[in-house]
Amino acid sequence: MTKNFKTWPILLALGLTSMPLVIMYVYLVVDTVTVSPPGSLVPNGVTFEHWRFLWEAPEAGRTSIWWVTLNTFIFATVSTVVVLSVSLTSGYALSRLNMPFRGLFLAGLIVLHAFPTITLIIAIFLILQMIGLYDTLIGVIMVKAALELPFGIWIMKGFYDTVPWEIEMAGLQDGASRFTVWHKLVLPQVQPGLTALGIFAFLSGWSEFILPQVLAPGANAQVLGVYLQNLIVDDVKPDFNMFKTVGVFYAMPVIVIYLVFNKKLMNIYGGGTKG
Amino acid sequence: MRISIENFTKTFGDITVIKDMNLELESGEMLALLGPSGCGKSTTLFAVCGIHRMNGGRMLFGDRDVTRVSSQNRNVGVVFQNYALYPHMNVYENIAFPLKVRKESKAEINKKVQDIAELVHIGELLERRPAQLSGGQQQRVALARALVREPDILLLDEPLANLDAKLRLEMRSEIRRIQLQTGITAILVTHDQVEAMSMCDRIAIMNKGKIVQLSTPNQMYENPASDFVAGFLGNPPIAFLDGIASEGGLKLADSEVTLPVPAGISMPGHGTKMRFGIRPEFFQPNNGLKVMGKISFVETQGREELYDVTLENGAVLRSIQSHGGGFKLGDDVSWGIAEDKILAFGPDGNRL
Repeated sequence: MTKNFKTWPILLALGLTSMPLVIMYVYLVVDTVTVSPPGSLVPNGVTFEHWRFLWEAPEAGRTSIWWVTLNTFIFATVSTVVVLSVSLTSGYALSRLNMPFRGLFLAGLIVLHAFPTITLIIAIFLILQMIGLYDTLIGVIMVKAALELPFGIWIMKGFYDTVPWEIEMAGLQDGASRFTVWHKLVLPQVQPGLTALGIFAFLSGWSEFILPQVLAPGANAQVLGVYLQNLIVDDVKPDFNMFKTVGVFYAMPVIVIYLVFNKKLMNIYGGGTKG
Repeated sequence: MRISIENFTKTFGDITVIKDMNLELESGEMLALLGPSGCGKSTTLFAVCGIHRMNGGRMLFGDRDVTRVSSQNRNVGVVFQNYALYPHMNVYENIAFPLKVRKESKAEINKKVQDIAELVHIGELLERRPAQLSGGQQQRVALARALVREPDILLLDEPLANLDAKLRLEMRSEIRRIQLQTGITAILVTHDQVEAMSMCDRIAIMNKGKIVQLSTPNQMYENPASDFVAGFLGNPPIAFLDGIASEGGLKLADSEVTLPVPAGISMPGHGTKMRFGIRPEFFQPNNGLKVMGKISFVETQGREELYDVTLENGAVLRSIQSHGGGFKLGDDVSWGIAEDKILAFGPDGNRL
């Protein structure tokens, strides 16, 4: 490749501007396994005591990290399953079936998608309390899934729209029922969208903070985001190194998932949608 | 199997696309539905396969009334324009799909797939995915899938439209061979008159939701019922001369020239508008009925040359001649029309 401009000024500029970010990330990891004297940035010893939350019994009033991690996992997985199954079917209906109020539905999806969900939180809080699901995992899962659905349905509708009609017609002519056609012929075509949406919904559930914080702050339903926040909020002397360590612990699954699935995630932006 | 469509009516909302159409297919016959886009030929096809419900009329497969029968229970094989192969299955699975849906045994499926693959010459491609096939091969797979469950009728929706010119020629004869070999009743939907004429036993030419004429290709070419049919069949197309019926024949528009009316044509009253249709092969230098004009366009096609001759009133006649005539653009010529081959049409476009 011939160069028609010098690359080093660009590299220099990029390097300088991204340096603060890089330093932040480096220290996030370095601080989890080292101790530094007060006021100094240079560590003077290696330690694993910041990771002690993994094996030590939790302090009074705290929940065990493993219990919280399990909660987070259940929260992310169940809300993903709900989002996937509802998007999968309603996306098909919106894309293919000639149902009443279809246009209204689609417009509503877009509005909901663009709507700042945080403004709903007081109403949701009241509703959950009324039906007795406040401070339960199931309640906050339902809320999370509901808020994630407009995006999921819209994405899946986009993927279904790209499947040619003729494939379905051919399936019907071949004697298959409407359900078999959907299940055996259409679903494999939208499978990339399904995978991407699944990962996306899982990551979004995993990193959700504000909904559990407001709707399920109690110890039984605590998720990692809330646990992290509790670590620094009601402590007299906050342990920032442990805070960072829990943060790394919290981020690790996300990083792994991104590394493994980043190509599939790109599908959502490159492949299916024609929104 | 004998197929009959009786008084078929189809509406979309307020628009009536097809009204009171009647069509009968003999068993083992291949019939073309030919017409310009929007004439209702695909609508008819979808009604036969059950994707569109009929708003009125009856449809019979043999003696069985299938008007209200769903697509799944009709036993119709369809080849779609884009073939609609299932992209996530290989060729074998594609062809086996209709049999699997019917829950036939593995051994039976295997035998039938092998047999049909043999018939359409794709025996060595069974492991491939549709994306790894050429257009012609995909076409063959689509045919095999449509035929494997021995349907009562085979429907072909513009099957050659997505192929390049050479493959189109090859698949034209291939589809016809397979149709004859299986003896299946078939409907071909096309807007290409060459396909319709070369592949089918009979042609139903459609315009604006009606069947304008239904006959064998030769009949239709030689005896078109209207100027629409005459204009649709034939390549290069027929040329029309507009004029008014008058003393001694057709007086051309904006001109003093009067062409004698061939014997056997009942002239309308003097002063009515009428038109002559003259096919390019019947406008030649040696024919009797001479007209004067100037060559305004020459197209070399190798074996033949196509000339446009503009008459003094601006009307254009086409002539196709074998190579070597030596005429050039701008030449003044006086060529002749074969008098007995003139097709005359009345003011409503119907043949006189």
